[in-house]
Amino acid sequence: MRTIRAAAVGAVTLSLALAATACGGGSSTGGGSDNSPKTLTYWASNQGASIAVDKKVLQPELDKFEKRTGIKVKLEVVPWSDLLNRILTATTSGQGPDVLNIGNTWSASLQATGALLPWDAKNFAKIGGKDRFVDSALGSTGAEGKDPAAVPLYSMAYALYYNKQIFADAGISKPPATWDELVADGKKISAKGKSVLGAEGSNVAENIHHVFVFAKQHGADFFTADGKPDFTNDNVVAAVKQYVDLMAKDKVIPTGNAEYAQNQSVSDFAKGKQAMLLWQSASSNLKSQGMSEDAYGIAPVPVQSGTPGTGAQVNSMVAGINLAVFKNTDNLDGATKFVKFMTSDAEQKILNTAYSSIPPVKAAQSDAAFTAPANAVLKDTLATSAAALPQVASESQFETTVGTAVKDLFADAAAGRPVTTDSVKAALQKAQQQMPAK
Amino acid sequence: MSSPAASRIPSVSPTAPPRSFLWTRRIFLTLLTGFVLVPVYVMISSSLKPLADVTGKFRWLPRGLTIRPYIDIWSTVPLAKYFANSLIVAGAATVCSVVIAVFAAYAVSRYSFRGKRVFTVTVLSTQMFPGILFLLPLFLLYVNIGNATGIALFGSRGGLILTYLTFSLPFSIWMLIGYFDSVPRDLDEAALVDGCGPLGALFRVVVPAAIPGIVAVAVYAFMTAWGEVLFASVMTNDTTRTLAVGLQGYSTLNDVYWNQIMAASLVVSVPVVAGFLLLQRYLVAGLTAGAVK
Amino acid sequence: MTTATEVRKPVHKSSPGAARHPRRPGRIRRVSLPYLLLLPALVLELLVHLVPMVIGIVMSFKELTQFYIRDWGSAPWSGLDNYSMSVDFNAPVGEALLHSFLVTVGFTLLSVALCWLIGTAAAICMQDTFRGRGLLRALFLVPYALPVYAAVITWVFMFQHDNGLVNHVLHDQLHLTDKPSFWLIGDNSFYALLTVSVWKGWPFAFLIVMAGLQNIPKELYEAAALDGAGMWQQIRRITLPSLRPVNQVLVLVLFLWTFNDFNTPYVLFGRSAPEAADLISVHIYQASFVTWNFGTGSAMSVLLLLFLLVVTGTYLLLTSRGRRAADV
Repeated sequence: MRTIRAAAVGAVTLSLALAATACGGGSSTGGGSDNSPKTLTYWASNQGASIAVDKKVLQPELDKFEKRTGIKVKLEVVPWSDLLNRILTATTSGQGPDVLNIGNTWSASLQATGALLPWDAKNFAKIGGKDRFVDSALGSTGAEGKDPAAVPLYSMAYALYYNKQIFADAGISKPPATWDELVADGKKISAKGKSVLGAEGSNVAENIHHVFVFAKQHGADFFTADGKPDFTNDNVVAAVKQYVDLMAKDKVIPTGNAEYAQNQSVSDFAKGKQAMLLWQSASSNLKSQGMSEDAYGIAPVPVQSGTPGTGAQVNSMVAGINLAVFKNTDNLDGATKFVKFMTSDAEQKILNTAYSSIPPVKAAQSDAAFTAPANAVLKDTLATSAAALPQVASESQFETTVGTAVKDLFADAAAGRPVTTDSVKAALQKAQQQMPAK
Repeated sequence: MSSPAASRIPSVSPTAPPRSFLWTRRIFLTLLTGFVLVPVYVMISSSLKPLADVTGKFRWLPRGLTIRPYIDIWSTVPLAKYFANSLIVAGAATVCSVVIAVFAAYAVSRYSFRGKRVFTVTVLSTQMFPGILFLLPLFLLYVNIGNATGIALFGSRGGLILTYLTFSLPFSIWMLIGYFDSVPRDLDEAALVDGCGPLGALFRVVVPAAIPGIVAVAVYAFMTAWGEVLFASVMTNDTTRTLAVGLQGYSTLNDVYWNQIMAASLVVSVPVVAGFLLLQRYLVAGLTAGAVK
Repeated sequence: MTTATEVRKPVHKSSPGAARHPRRPGRIRRVSLPYLLLLPALVLELLVHLVPMVIGIVMSFKELTQFYIRDWGSAPWSGLDNYSMSVDFNAPVGEALLHSFLVTVGFTLLSVALCWLIGTAAAICMQDTFRGRGLLRALFLVPYALPVYAAVITWVFMFQHDNGLVNHVLHDQLHLTDKPSFWLIGDNSFYALLTVSVWKGWPFAFLIVMAGLQNIPKELYEAAALDGAGMWQQIRRITLPSLRPVNQVLVLVLFLWTFNDFNTPYVLFGRSAPEAADLISVHIYQASFVTWNFGTGSAMSVLLLLFLLVVTGTYLLLTSRGRRAADV
């Protein structure tokens, strides 16, 4: 009996000890994911048509890097559905990759966790200086006044993709420049039995990107200047309502799109079922779905009136991917070298061409490869009429709460329930109250 | 109501069902079969359709049949690797879970000792823990064990095996206790008299007599591990990802490859369903003697 | 555990010792043996369930937001803040939790009831042999045997608004609705979830009840038939009462599994479930992982655990009253 007791006590003590170490968190022991300076782990986001495509694009470049530096890069392409969770668990445990891609809208949120290496002047110097990057892209790398948490890797902007054939059939000569025109064109397109505009009503992130732009166009922001959520001011409410009304009142977004969350609207567009699509850098996606480049045109996203510009004329978010270094890396030197390699002019051209995005590096951007008309619209938008999503620590909560509110409003619209100023305001009020109190 | 029927054919079992029962039964079972089969039919038929067919309006009868999805599934995502991972994880978790459950159930069934009640209640009560409560702590625990001892639990198959085997353990122990209780004690006492040790008695007498129960437990453990999503999504990485998570790879940035999803789902399901159906006799027998006694 | 065993065991324990006098290894080994046998199970349960649960409870008293997750040892203690926030039903967080809890309770009760009803009815229907019984039985077990992801994603495919089978049948073929309904968003999502849950869950009830039926002695039916009891009366007076002990466990297990089910709603709706089908496990997942507030998430989990403890305890007490303590 005594030995049993001893054994039991031992087992309990052991587990308590383990628990105690666990309570210590990943602070002292948490090293990087590898101890050898000759390897790096890199988490890439899913940029291409599939994970397999991404591996095909990236692997030759990583091999190039290995040849030059002798550092082997272990690549893992993480699907978007997992990426944020994986970063969170890596942050909590201190066990993560050395270098990773993050959605640029997450920069400030992840910056607040302190898990990412801050890019101060010294670190920037190692990769050729901050001046190499385009300003708008740098605006989405972390909270203002702090050293950026990541460096820009790919830049993207929203544009209006339209099916030339459907437009011709409906007798529309040029793409709509304002929302009113879009709604008017929509009537002609519906008359031809095609659906007008695609949306991903159940995709929380897409919803955020659009209502953010609408808010800008109404002269409003979701956050006050000092970073407090302000979702219920009248202009924000009007902005969100205008977006949802594209389905509820204007009937240009088919109700079925309310449940889309997996880019079905892109495939509807590629199949010629739907006349227009608001998307970021969709060319390579459309191509892989078999839509030829002559079949569609690219125009700036509509504004309320006039032409795209700054302030209330904003017509896109600054979309893009940033490259970050995990602070716990055991191979800081190698990680920095890798960032330098990925942001070098040559690699920027190769990668951004493959993903039909725009290089955030000035020298690469001026390359001939990015002056085609398709890219011209995107480049122009980025340069003149795109705004960065709020760079606040609670950005990711904002995406979740407001994005979900918009999703629910779309569900109401789809079910034929009225979407009123009051119902929009109530939904946003609820979203705001769920934001962390601080 | 049934007495006329019973008197007419007295040799049939006394429960010879009346017509009303037969009709109710026929209708009910037909409806139920439909309910069960429709998704299965959709899964099979859609897996044989070209992509254009599954992304358009649903049709009961495929316009054209193709086995293309069954070829494509292996290249769209590394399905073979996920398959191997799932097989290793679920297989190992099952073996360990069954062995451990056999020991524990034997102890509870055949011995009386202090703390027995506490043990059974504690182990069984873990069934009600919401997985979400210990997901993050468990993850932290694994990471810290890894840091302290160098045993990689987080991100490895080992960690997942460990996790899954404990998921099925409580139910398995409970079922086997019931089963072992039904194995006559005279048998193992005879073995003990013959000079076997207690473990000899367990393996030579009790285990062979309890095979149906053990198979039932094994099937349950395997299925639990094969289909789990939550922990697998947090605790695996590229090299150790299991099927349940890996299948999500078919909805890509581009399009939802429904035909491939269905084909892959089918490929993933066939081994489990086949195994399950082959072993269902044992399962019923195991449950009859064990759990429901 | 059972009084019967307690009585039996001294005999059992003394006989082997007596028989193997020469090799008697001493008291310690015999006494320690059951503990040794239990040790692996105990250690693993401690490691994977109990210790993490304790850590989870500790976390629920901390302010574990994105600012502290990197080193959560340093996260400030927040006392009962996480709890008071979770149960403040006038504020949105508490209100949403309460709503989710009520949805879950309603969903679980309906799902368990339907699973039990269909399972029991099917088991009774298939009690005596008829042609094709074996095939039908195998067929019925398929939904249970299918991996969750494969089964649920098939339902997602069928529930799509534009191209799904359900709308095709209800709207295009049977013309039951004026326009196609939404199943994956909005209010109908509750019924979609219920359908999938019942589809996947009833075969388990079927399996258990089927096993339970085999333990009912044939003589009972024969005696009843001699007394002139019809089929329906036999079911009511013999079958159902005999199944009581089986049902006691079955209903509890179904309840716990359904209540804690994460996989089904997660695969069906993704990480932000529609309000009408906002089950508590996904709700808590969202509260912790998506909004990065693990302290509040843990507090909600602890509350959930307490609720389940109370329900299970009460249930066992109530249902066991009529039964002998000996059969637990």
